[in-house]
Amino acid sequence: MHLSSRRISQIRQVIVFSLVVAVAAIVASNVSANLQRRGLALSFEFLQRPASFDIPFKLIDYTSRDSYARAALVAMLNTLLVAGLAIVTATIVGVAFGTFLLSPNPLLRRTAFLFVEIIKNTPQLLQVLFWYVVILRQLPNARESYQPISGFFLNVRGLFVPTIQIVVPAGRGWLAGLAIGVAIALVGLGVRQLLTPQRTQARTLAGVAGGLTAAALLCWFASGAAASLNRPELLGFNFRGGVQVVPELFALWVGLAIYASSFIADLVRGAVLAVPKGQEEAAYALGLKHGQTLRLVKLPQALQIVVPPLVSQYLNITKSSTLGIAIAYPEIMAVLGGTTLNQTGQAIETMLIIMTVFILLNLVVSAIMNRYNRHVALMGHA
Amino acid sequence: MLSSNLCRWTLAAAVAAVGAGVTSLAEAQTLAQVKQRGTLNCGVDTGAPGFAVKDDKGKWVGLDVDFCRGIAIAVLGDAEKVNYVPLTAKVRFTALQNGEIDVLIRDSTLTFTRGTQLKLNLVGVNFYAGQGFMVKKSLNAKGVKDLNGATICTITGATLELNIADYNRANKVNVGTLLFEKLDEATVALESGRCDGYTDDTGSLAGARSTMKKPEDWIVLAEVISKEPLGILTRQGDEQWSNIAKWILGALVTAEEVGITQANAEQLAKTSENPEIRRILGIEGDFGKMLGLDNDWALKALKTSGNYGEIYERHFGANALQLPRGVNNLWSKGGLMYSYPFR
Repeated sequence: MHLSSRRISQIRQVIVFSLVVAVAAIVASNVSANLQRRGLALSFEFLQRPASFDIPFKLIDYTSRDSYARAALVAMLNTLLVAGLAIVTATIVGVAFGTFLLSPNPLLRRTAFLFVEIIKNTPQLLQVLFWYVVILRQLPNARESYQPISGFFLNVRGLFVPTIQIVVPAGRGWLAGLAIGVAIALVGLGVRQLLTPQRTQARTLAGVAGGLTAAALLCWFASGAAASLNRPELLGFNFRGGVQVVPELFALWVGLAIYASSFIADLVRGAVLAVPKGQEEAAYALGLKHGQTLRLVKLPQALQIVVPPLVSQYLNITKSSTLGIAIAYPEIMAVLGGTTLNQTGQAIETMLIIMTVFILLNLVVSAIMNRYNRHVALMGHA
Repeated sequence: MLSSNLCRWTLAAAVAAVGAGVTSLAEAQTLAQVKQRGTLNCGVDTGAPGFAVKDDKGKWVGLDVDFCRGIAIAVLGDAEKVNYVPLTAKVRFTALQNGEIDVLIRDSTLTFTRGTQLKLNLVGVNFYAGQGFMVKKSLNAKGVKDLNGATICTITGATLELNIADYNRANKVNVGTLLFEKLDEATVALESGRCDGYTDDTGSLAGARSTMKKPEDWIVLAEVISKEPLGILTRQGDEQWSNIAKWILGALVTAEEVGITQANAEQLAKTSENPEIRRILGIEGDFGKMLGLDNDWALKALKTSGNYGEIYERHFGANALQLPRGVNNLWSKGGLMYSYPFR
């Protein structure tokens, strides 16, 4: 019987998949048998119990009386926050240094080369610790805080930011919500207007904007809501009120972003060089300067090449965010794999949760980047 | 394509990793296994002055180490036949559950959940500690309540942050914690003013203070916020083995009570007429046999390291960490050390 190559490949995939499933089944039964012999059972019940520990930095409400599940959620959001910030920053810095590496200016080019080589070839943990020490050394103590903007305080404890507290009379919450919704729509409209090249006529725009503003104000006053500013204040050792953004976040953010940016710089340089030479020559023939050629002709095409390897850099950033445990940033490895594991002793369960979270996070990053890749690939080569 | 591949391989790796963690399991009959192996696998701290550290010759020393040695000589007849397994706070219980070690003597607090949910045996306490605080002198704090609003650095993997959260709830104050993986980074945060103080067991605070740039700028508060009975743990389900560990501890404490020392143990075995001394040293009654050991099990242990008081003096005494005996003294001298009688 003759088999097509497609058929062979399918059979091969089925065999590999069955093997993986078989290994997984053996391991799973081994684990559960061993757990039973120890009198333990794989159970996630502990997630509902009160965590009984505090988390110094959180994006959502959390107290020590909340459950382990909520503590894990707080930690996951902290992981997402630092990974997101680092991905954006690493991309910007990386692209900048990538273009510097191609600069005709030898000083800029050599400096960028030195930066990339040093950063790329030193351990990332060391860099995170380095930035932590540098940041802590630079910042003053609480009594001598910098106040860059009135109400904002920066010191060794972190950045203290005022928050807005909204008090709404009972039953009118929907009106205040409507006001905020309309205001958000207004901002969205403005952003869209800035981004789209074909601008709507100024008069129409002013009309719509005016109408929305009036509607928002009307809803707001009708609801009788009162907004007040919760300003941080120095009381005793520390600031109270507002939100404290801890220096550990800044250190981890910088540490992750700078490290990844050196790899991204190399990727960008390679991708620009991979753009066919004819493109550059054509651009010069049209009279474009070096900078213009890079910005208008080469970088857009390099983007198509650079996206797939960029994805793995993004995945690396997400995974490396676990280095936060070294500098007391409460990310998922520290909260779930540290405190929770130690208090509950549920080693297999907590590790399974951490692995699941990272697999899901990375699949989401991959999915988004794949979509983006298809989008830029569709624009096609010139 | 990329994502499906990634998914498949990550899953396979994940499952393999979990499986590898739980492959070899020790059943009951730990005694037989240790004898057959010829060495005792003793789980100790990775480096805690007084409890377990390597000295400049690379030899393990400390209070916990002396208990490992005591068990080894009682069971195997040789105090050197110990394989010290240094364990971080995070992996210690898993290592014991998995059978990677035979006994855990790692300045670990004996708690309810460890004795129930984790299926471990709380054999006995070999050091009574409490959670204390080292804070900046300039804070002028007299007690822990004065630390309201302060941030305290600590090391992850213990019950320290839990105790502070409990203290906050009970006393309606807000003492913040910042959890580090290692002491080095916590020290950086302390020196730079990111934290106002450091918290740990009273046994370890004196050591931490001595590592600060200016130890005189820091004070250790007298108040403690928790009980930390540090002790010996074994797996549940092997009563014989747990009994051996329990009665080594009992023998060393009772020996101090009745006056058996490293120096006079041999002599007392020959001459003593005190019935309890004779039972401990294996001259009367078959106490060793009842544990599945030789009758001179405790005599051998005492000749190796001395009684509990001598062990404490060696590692925490005037020539070592200079930590007053306090609650770790015998019950008859105002402390908490108390052993079940040998009869």
